[in-house]
Amino acid sequence: MAKQKNILPGFNLSLGFTIFYLSLIVLIPLSAAFIKTTELSIPEFWEVITAPRVVASYKLTFGASFIAAIINAAFGLLTAWVLVRYPFPGKKFIDALVDLPFALPTAVAGIALTAVYSGNGWIGSWLEPLGIKVAFTPIGVVVALTFIGLPFVVRTVQPVLEDLEAETEEAAASLGANRWQTFSKIIFPAIWPALLTGFALAFARAIGEYGSVIFIAGNMPMVSEITPLIIITKLEQYDYAGATAVAVVMLVISFLLLFAINGLQWWSNRQRIAAR
Amino acid sequence: MQTFKYLKKALLISALFVPLASLAAEITLLNVSYDPTRELYQDYNAAFSKYWLAKSGDKVTIKTSHGGSGKQARAVIDGLPADVVTLALSYDIDEISAKAKLIPKNWQKRLTHNSSPYSSTIVLLVRKGNPKNIKDWSDLIKPGVSVITPNPKTSGGARWNYLAAYAYALKQNNNDDAKAREFVGKLFKNVPVLDSGARGSTTTFVERGIGDVFISWENEAFLAQKELGPDKFEIVIPSLSILAEPPITIIDKTVDKRKTRTVAQAYLEYLYSEEGQEIAAKNYYRPTLASVAAKYEKQFPKVNLIKIDDVFGGWQKAQKTHFSDGGTFDQIYQK
Repeated sequence: MAKQKNILPGFNLSLGFTIFYLSLIVLIPLSAAFIKTTELSIPEFWEVITAPRVVASYKLTFGASFIAAIINAAFGLLTAWVLVRYPFPGKKFIDALVDLPFALPTAVAGIALTAVYSGNGWIGSWLEPLGIKVAFTPIGVVVALTFIGLPFVVRTVQPVLEDLEAETEEAAASLGANRWQTFSKIIFPAIWPALLTGFALAFARAIGEYGSVIFIAGNMPMVSEITPLIIITKLEQYDYAGATAVAVVMLVISFLLLFAINGLQWWSNRQRIAAR
Repeated sequence: MQTFKYLKKALLISALFVPLASLAAEITLLNVSYDPTRELYQDYNAAFSKYWLAKSGDKVTIKTSHGGSGKQARAVIDGLPADVVTLALSYDIDEISAKAKLIPKNWQKRLTHNSSPYSSTIVLLVRKGNPKNIKDWSDLIKPGVSVITPNPKTSGGARWNYLAAYAYALKQNNNDDAKAREFVGKLFKNVPVLDSGARGSTTTFVERGIGDVFISWENEAFLAQKELGPDKFEIVIPSLSILAEPPITIIDKTVDKRKTRTVAQAYLEYLYSEEGQEIAAKNYYRPTLASVAAKYEKQFPKVNLIKIDDVFGGWQKAQKTHFSDGGTFDQIYQK
């Protein structure tokens, strides 16, 4: 088979630049982390990354990030739906509000959330008598991660929803589909890839989050210590190799998860095309 | 053309300033310090600039950077060009010597009082009226008492807190190490939140209203009382505490490169002078100069203080036994 020539010119140049740019921005710093860990022998590395406190922190970080991303996927979809489908006064304002978690310094978010959810805060003082403690527990971690992840889902789903033509839904209705069928068979498959992307972005963002969580988590060993805090703790002891070892584990797990989500997206896209 | 005119003007003006600046030597110093010294060095920098201008005719501007002691030391190790460092504990400066070789190993012998012009100690801050009737360390392990302290793994101040409690327990139990561990274990069972730094814990205790007692630097406790009014908090002096000596040093490699050794050295030495000591005392650090100490005797209550070198064999050893991975602090949470 003859090599297919691209119609667009400049492929070699742009690909070369892309690889150079990605190396500079992403790969080189990451490889520095990997190289630093080689100061440890394999048994030492294993001991660092499987210490009970570290393992407890993986569970919290990935578990809380997953729950937060699920919450964001559900309510982000709802928010995007409302913003796209219904005209109402103050819509522009709400639309701008969605981006706020992007712009706010995460430490400010953390302090604000802690103030609201702690035992003497606006919300916390209502929840505490019910026996629900949010600040300084793993629930607080989920709350902070949900806050910082919200814009991702809304902003990825919104444009896709806007592009959906009303005619397709009208066609579905005229062919006898009820409202639920229209949503589940017509709308949902179209926005599913975008929703998945939003979920993945929110999830990835949550895994790496430090600033906002640190204030609300309480940071109790084995209970509410997130993995980024473990890394900071190790740096504080000048244990650079140990810190990067934990970082490498996080990187690998995150990469695998994101890779799996991308794979799922690719697969669902193919299913959709095949179904046509 | 309009922009051109402005550009010319700007160039002219800046040309005027260049020769002026080169007449009198303009020196800048960077002091890398830890969190609660903000107010202290604000006052001291101004005083030193004045003193140095009068003495040598040179204008010196001092910038001070603040943050957690360990983080600040790491920044210097990684290349932040600090002329002097004034940190919370000698362990952090030891690491600057060991990891980056910027200063000689015997740096702490170069200035008097272990290179610590002022000292502080660890006290207990309780809410007005002391509702839980806290008088000493032993009250902190009682059930139902909630204790606030930062995480010793991330906060230099919290390490002093931990060691003070540990030293108390050692003394109560005839130096029985196992009993002392049990004591700090019980104490930390009463800690609901472990903030990563000292200021974070102050916020938790003061603003969030969490905890009955806050283990704190003496100067932070005074400051909290001054800022928020003595009608809200009381300071409780425990029967035994630790002598906290926050050390200072010049960074030899940097001052030689930047040719600032003389002024940097003077900057540190002036901390030991009457005026420097006075400023330290006003900012609630215990002065080491006898005359100033006598003057502020009333402000600083007498405390039975132990030294880290005597009880714990120095910072290197204390760090290793208590705060490194798997140390006594980690063991509290890994049962």
